[in-house]
Parts: sequence; C-alpha cells; structure tokens
Amino acid sequence: MASATIRVQPGPFDVGTELLRLTSGRCDTGGVGCFVGLVRDEGGALDALTLEHYPGMTERALQEIADDAVARFALLGCTVVHRYGRLAPGEAIVLVLATSAHRQPALDATGFLIDWLKTRAPFWKQEHRAGGTTAWVDARTEDDMAAGRWSAP
Amino acid sequence: MRVLYFAWLRERMGRADEVLDPPPGVTTVAALLDWLRARDAKGAAAFATPGVIRAAVNQVFATPATRVAPGDEVAFFPPVTGG
Repeated sequence: MASATIRVQPGPFDVGTELLRLTSGRCDTGGVGCFVGLVRDEGGALDALTLEHYPGMTERALQEIADDAVARFALLGCTVVHRYGRLAPGEAIVLVLATSAHRQPALDATGFLIDWLKTRAPFWKQEHRAGGTTAWVDARTEDDMAAGRWSAP
Repeated sequence: MRVLYFAWLRERMGRADEVLDPPPGVTTVAALLDWLRARDAKGAAAFATPGVIRAAVNQVFATPATRVAPGDEVAFFPPVTGG
C-alpha cells in the first residue's frame, strides 16, 4: 500500500514541489486531486489568524486520517501539509493532495481528507480582527455534517 | 498525570499544562473534568460548560467515560477548527 506523507509546519509550502514529489518518476498515476485552504479576510474584518495545535497528537491524527484515505480510495499517493502559527489573509493554511490511477478516487479522497481533518485534527483558529480584538473560532456544525457524509453506511 | 489545555481553555486556566495527582476516585475523563472544575475559580470558569469541551487521553480522542490513570497524558480543548 502507498504511504501517506503528513507534515505540520509554521512556514509556507509549495504546491508544485509537493505535487512533483507524488508524481515524478512513475507512470501509473492518472490524476491528482488537490485542495488548498486559504485565510479569508472576511471582507476586511480579519487582520490575521493564529492556528494553535496539539504537537504530537496533530501528527498522529493527520497520519491516521491520511492512511485511512489511502486504504479507502486505493490511492497511489497522498500528502497533507497543515500550517500553524500566525497567518495573514491570502496565505495558505492547508494542502491536501491525493493521487490515483483514475480521477474519481483522487477527487473523492481530496474531499474526504479535508472534511475529516476539519473535524478530527487538533487545530484551533483564533481570529485577530481589524480593530485589535481577538476571538476563538467556533466549530461549525456544517463541518460535522460534511464529515458525516463519509461515514460507513 | 500530565494535563494539557488548548485554545480558550488554556487562556481561562492561565496555563498550557500541569502535572497533577488527582484523588483515587478520579478514574475517568468526566471525573477529572469535575474535579478540575471544583478545584478553583479558574477551573470553574474554564469548565463551566462541560458539554462543549472535548478531551484526548494519550493523544487519542476520548469520551467522558474513557479511563484515566497515573502517567497518562490527558488534554482538554474546545471542538477543533482546523483545515
């Protein structure tokens, strides 16, 4: 079975470099699913986000979710990179890449991974709002429902 | 037992982690939460609404009934908001 690569880091990632790591030197890959999550400025109301995480458990949870996706969708490769620390609007927060022989498993696995890591990876977002106040972001019930659509029947 | 707090729980507790030796009756996540809430004013503020608090034992998501024991790493945090 293919192995999944996960990383948790404060600095930026390069999508092209990560994609080539999955696809170069092999000819069995038919498609790559890609999701990049970015910081929105909420119409100018947000100055920055700080992402806090649980070192140790984060890596463990991401590896578990990514390994699950590899097995479930028979992926040829999978990369998840999640940043932490202070991020400005427009900066990338998270990268999900999934490769497979055909497009559908790659696209489905990408959706599965981002839905699950939003509800199972121990990260917390704090908003730094224009005007100087801060607030912790509340979990969204829609995210739980999005993850729920992947539960076994 | 090492206990960790994250996000607004960390802020309300005024610390990120501590080493605790709870009484012998504290053998589950729920009992540990109750004990922390009753311990002092910071605990009362942090754990005022237990229903919104999540926990992990030894870095695995736990339920209120999950057992805790000396030597465990127990974490309390709000629902996660990554991605």
